Amino acid sequence: MQTDPIRVLIAKVGLDGHDRGVKIVARCLRDAGMDVIYTGLHRTPEQVVMAAVQEDVDILGISILSGAHMTVIPKVLDLLKEQEAEDIMVVAGGVMPDEDIAALKEQGVQEVLLQDTPPDAIVDSIRRLVAARAPR
Amino acid sequence: MSAVTRLRVSSLDLVAPVLAGKITAIARLMSRVESGGGEVMGALEEIYRHAGKAHIVGITGVAGSGKSALLAKLAIRLRAAGRRVGIIAVDPTSPFSGGSILGDRIRMNELSGDPAVFIRSMATRGSLGGLARATLDAGDILDAAGYDPVLIETVGVGQDEVEIVQAAHSTVVVSAPGLGDDIQAVKAGVLEIADIHVVSKCDRPDANRTVIDLKNMLTMTVAAAASAPAWPLPVVATSAESGEGVDELVEQIDAHRAFLQRTDGLRERQRRIAQWRLLKAAEELLRDEFKPQQEGGGRGRAQLIDAMTAREIHPHVAARQLIEPARRGTEK
Ligand SMILES: Nc1nc2c(ncn2[C@@H]2O[C@H](COP(=O)(O)OP(=O)(O)O)[C@@H](O)[C@H]2O)c(=O)[nH]1
Ligand SMILES: [Mg+2]
Repeated sequence: MQTDPIRVLIAKVGLDGHDRGVKIVARCLRDAGMDVIYTGLHRTPEQVVMAAVQEDVDILGISILSGAHMTVIPKVLDLLKEQEAEDIMVVAGGVMPDEDIAALKEQGVQEVLLQDTPPDAIVDSIRRLVAARAPR
Repeated sequence: MSAVTRLRVSSLDLVAPVLAGKITAIARLMSRVESGGGEVMGALEEIYRHAGKAHIVGITGVAGSGKSALLAKLAIRLRAAGRRVGIIAVDPTSPFSGGSILGDRIRMNELSGDPAVFIRSMATRGSLGGLARATLDAGDILDAAGYDPVLIETVGVGQDEVEIVQAAHSTVVVSAPGLGDDIQAVKAGVLEIADIHVVSKCDRPDANRTVIDLKNMLTMTVAAAASAPAWPLPVVATSAESGEGVDELVEQIDAHRAFLQRTDGLRERQRRIAQWRLLKAAEELLRDEFKPQQEGGGRGRAQLIDAMTAREIHPHVAARQLIEPARRGTEK
């Protein structure tokens, strides 16, 4: 009986300065019936992970446009492991080359959504990930 | 890649790690409470017995009055004094989609991943009154885990949305300057529920006016309620930008707690909270019992609805007939 709204935390890590994009995504996810925790700009991996753990989200969405994804996201994955919260699924968003996508998925990122992914596709992949996960 | 799996732990098995302060356990138990259902009840009974030590502070005021920003500052001061702070921030669920945007953390960016400040965002999921159904159980979980105080930010209040006063030991009402001519607490009809009044954003030039107006309002209403015991209702001007007034607010919250402990107030409030939670729990039981989609239920429900639709029987009378069998326990 999975009638609870899917919980998603959306964070922007790094120095890139605007959040118009993530706000639009946040609204789409809400309109798809999800609870969206938005944490604002310029978050550190430590802040993001502590927030995701305390909020017990299903999905941790990290948007990075600054090009720092290959340092930030592995750090996030490590911190989640440290907290014994690996069952929080990490979805990365932004711009990155194919080889980075492959490398991040190898390390445990569940999905990479490139910057031009339409909102419906974001909703779909989040729903798919949560549906495929064991109850917790 | 397949989803990561972790063995599903029973709620009862989460109780010990919660009491030991383990963040993941606290967070997971809160989710279970939000989902509802019977599985979590045993754990909640345990938690309830362990809770009751923390000071529960409600923070209310209209949307945009600066509650979240103020809470962040409060938490930083309380942390600096070595206290572990629990925060529950409630935001409304969209009635259209059933989803929500929980944005209170945006204002709490200075709390840098500190596990001793536990912040939980919670959607109302249709609850009215400014709190979510699970808010107070979540408060108990933080309380039992050793967080003290537990600060509850309600959704922006309007008329009638003042459940927090039934649920907290101390209620802080926040009014901001520049959100219209009236003092928001007056407009929302919540002037009287405050134990402490805050005028936020006092870095703004128009804040002084709000403080003066509010104090004027209070001398009138407090004079009217002269029989109340001697708690001098404070008005604290705060700024989340400069930090002004935040220390004073901490002092006032602690002073109110001490006042309650010194007088019979604390016991009184504890009883008031217990009574209210009893009623809420009973209400929920009844609601579950008579959910429209539930099979069976009270005897002759369809007939009662038919009779009501035909205006032959008043809802009140029908309701009595509906719950009568459940009260006798002869029929489920
Ligand atoms: N100038 C000023 N603005 C503030 C202050 N506190 C909050 N704000 C602003 O008021 C708005 C609402 O604040 P928020 O804390 O989210 O209010 P809430 O809806 O009551 O939780 C935001 O744009 C804040 O930046 C303050 O102390 N001074
Ligand atoms: Mg807020």
